[in-house]
Amino acid sequence: MRDLMAITERPEVISLAGGLPDVSGFPPQMLERVAKAMTDGAGPRRARRPYGPTEGMAKVHEAIQVVMAEEGTQVDLGELLVTTGGQQAIDLVCKTLVDPGDVVLAEGPTYPGAIPSFTAYQADVRQLEMDEHGLRIDLLEETLDQLDEAGIRPKFLYTIPTFQNPAGVTMSLERRKQLVKIAQERELLVVEDSPYSLLRYEGDPLPTLRSLDGGNYVIYLGTFSKILAAGLRIGWIAAPRAIRQKMNIGKQGADLCSPSTSQVVIEACFQDLPLWRSYLEDVKGRYQGRRDVMLSSLAHAMPEGTSWTRPEGGLFLWVTLPEALDTTDLLARALRSNVAFVPGRAAYTDGRGGHSMRVNFSGVNADDIHEGVRRIGDVVFEQLELYGDVMGEAPPKRRATDRPTGAKPPVDDAPEQGALVEFPRRRSAERPA
Amino acid sequence: MRVAVLGGGPSFERQVSIAGAERVVHALGELGHKPLMIDVGRDLVAQLTDARPEAAIVVLHGSVGEDGSVQAVLEGLGIPHQSPSAAACRRVWDKAITKGILDAAGIAVPQGVVFDRQPFTALGAARALTPIAERLGYPLVVKPARSGSALGVNRAMTDKHLAQAMVAAYSYDDSVLVEQFVAGREFGVSVIDGEAFPAVEIKPQDGPEAYDFEARYSIGLVQYECPAQLDDATAEAISTTAVQAAEALGVDGIVRVDLIVTPHGTPTVLELNNVPGLTDTSLLPMAAAAGGLSFSDLVARMLPR
Repeated sequence: MRDLMAITERPEVISLAGGLPDVSGFPPQMLERVAKAMTDGAGPRRARRPYGPTEGMAKVHEAIQVVMAEEGTQVDLGELLVTTGGQQAIDLVCKTLVDPGDVVLAEGPTYPGAIPSFTAYQADVRQLEMDEHGLRIDLLEETLDQLDEAGIRPKFLYTIPTFQNPAGVTMSLERRKQLVKIAQERELLVVEDSPYSLLRYEGDPLPTLRSLDGGNYVIYLGTFSKILAAGLRIGWIAAPRAIRQKMNIGKQGADLCSPSTSQVVIEACFQDLPLWRSYLEDVKGRYQGRRDVMLSSLAHAMPEGTSWTRPEGGLFLWVTLPEALDTTDLLARALRSNVAFVPGRAAYTDGRGGHSMRVNFSGVNADDIHEGVRRIGDVVFEQLELYGDVMGEAPPKRRATDRPTGAKPPVDDAPEQGALVEFPRRRSAERPA
Repeated sequence: MRVAVLGGGPSFERQVSIAGAERVVHALGELGHKPLMIDVGRDLVAQLTDARPEAAIVVLHGSVGEDGSVQAVLEGLGIPHQSPSAAACRRVWDKAITKGILDAAGIAVPQGVVFDRQPFTALGAARALTPIAERLGYPLVVKPARSGSALGVNRAMTDKHLAQAMVAAYSYDDSVLVEQFVAGREFGVSVIDGEAFPAVEIKPQDGPEAYDFEARYSIGLVQYECPAQLDDATAEAISTTAVQAAEALGVDGIVRVDLIVTPHGTPTVLELNNVPGLTDTSLLPMAAAAGGLSFSDLVARMLPR
């Protein structure tokens, strides 16, 4: 799979596989502020400073407080640790907490980029299903009971409650409250990864797990990547002080501190909060339009028996195909048609996900989203027809809302409701060996 | 000597290729040559024309490296290379053609049929699959005729598996082989200039069906035994079969012959690989070491003498 992904970067390929933010609307005034900060006053001296404090610069802590306050979450400065991107935050959590063989709970599917961190520290990852309301708390309790009976204490639960990557679903308020209660009752650490929460373009914001819990059992991970610029490589951890102190030591061992230059840039960008907020609004508007194009394109391009999630924010949605198809093999065929996605297996450690795929809409323009989805739809139809031929079954049907192939849905189409997805538990043995 | 090392390229096996090519570049440096790594793309001919290498080593897997395309370019430019000729590569790259030639030469191959994509649907050949499956008997192995490293290869136990496996295999190629599963011990035999090197036995941790793409390139998922524990007669039969297979296909230079020895002791050839892998877990460097060639020696053997 790694090798399939390596060739998605060919220029002729429309890649719905990435997770890139669109920074084309980055305000020139913000760049002017950055340039000024780099040349005027104390800025140059601080940006040139070879090493900063491991926990990050004070002004960046203030910016983080602003961002977290936007989500209704308070944080003390003593709880913050600036990291080199959100990815380092995940790595430091594992480095600090995981011993080889430790059980780590995660959603199934989970963020594909977290899996190498979990496996590098030799965690025993158990993935729990979600539905349209996010992580299934009944399964969590069941799993915790089973582990308890076996005398196993999981190190933590890793969750992306809002606009989950890759599934695009959001944990409901009721489940958030249940989860926090369970965490407190059972002393379960919860790692709340929250890269996308401020990218809500529909529906009401929900409180973070951290704000519901008060920061006792929840470690919060954030990043500037999706709300400012991913290239800065600046994220953060908000953790109970004792844990934060251990992570600080872990970070010293990893890279001493995150780049000073990036931190000075963040300070400059957050000097003008209205400007940052208007940039965020611009990004959200853009992504909402692209999500809508993707939803209507899917409705036109995919056969019956296909389902997908309908995210209210974020960058991704999750498509599940009929069981006859395997998305890893489908990717090989799709690449011959110059389109790419992330096969679902990449989001599991246990072989599940073979019928699903993650598609991204934030980093691709509307025309390419439409064309990319059309190409995926064509290869899905082709493979289902083939399967039907062998099995003597009827060919796949287009959905009732179908238009002639190639007809482009207008961008202002009312988004159509994709069938909301269940994430059935599948054993890898169901696939031909 | 200025030596171009051709790797990378737009195939599914790009990373595997780069890993091997980097080792070759390192070895060439140790041998006192001037290596030039070329990531094969649209500018290949321009790069070769500019650099004017005296020889090339092809470490390019997947279609472009193994179907004879790159070899044809090198031959056209008069640059000697270590892999078989472009014509031989064509025969080896297509497993359906390989099987036909080996069968005609009296070398045992798995029983099976080949389905091309177009007639499969246009002529309704798909309906012939079930009776053929009944005749051959499950378990069956389904694989794309032209693809490397076990991509798209699946074992089918039922009609439904078979249908899914056909769809999977057609993802990689328009020609698909459906074969009887041959039970036995699996070996890779490297043949260098007509001489068979010690056989490497492939022992997947999770049983013989688990030798897939991930297993091939992940340390620890498969155990390799080299030299394999074999009695003299079997070792001789394996070597002879491998050399005969290479000869039958007109393959010179370096090639790896993958075969299974059945419980009756018959070596049955599965496929040949005309650009064998050169990574840390690849079979050719392992066999060469068992035959007394270090990796540098092996790379030296790839240069024109």
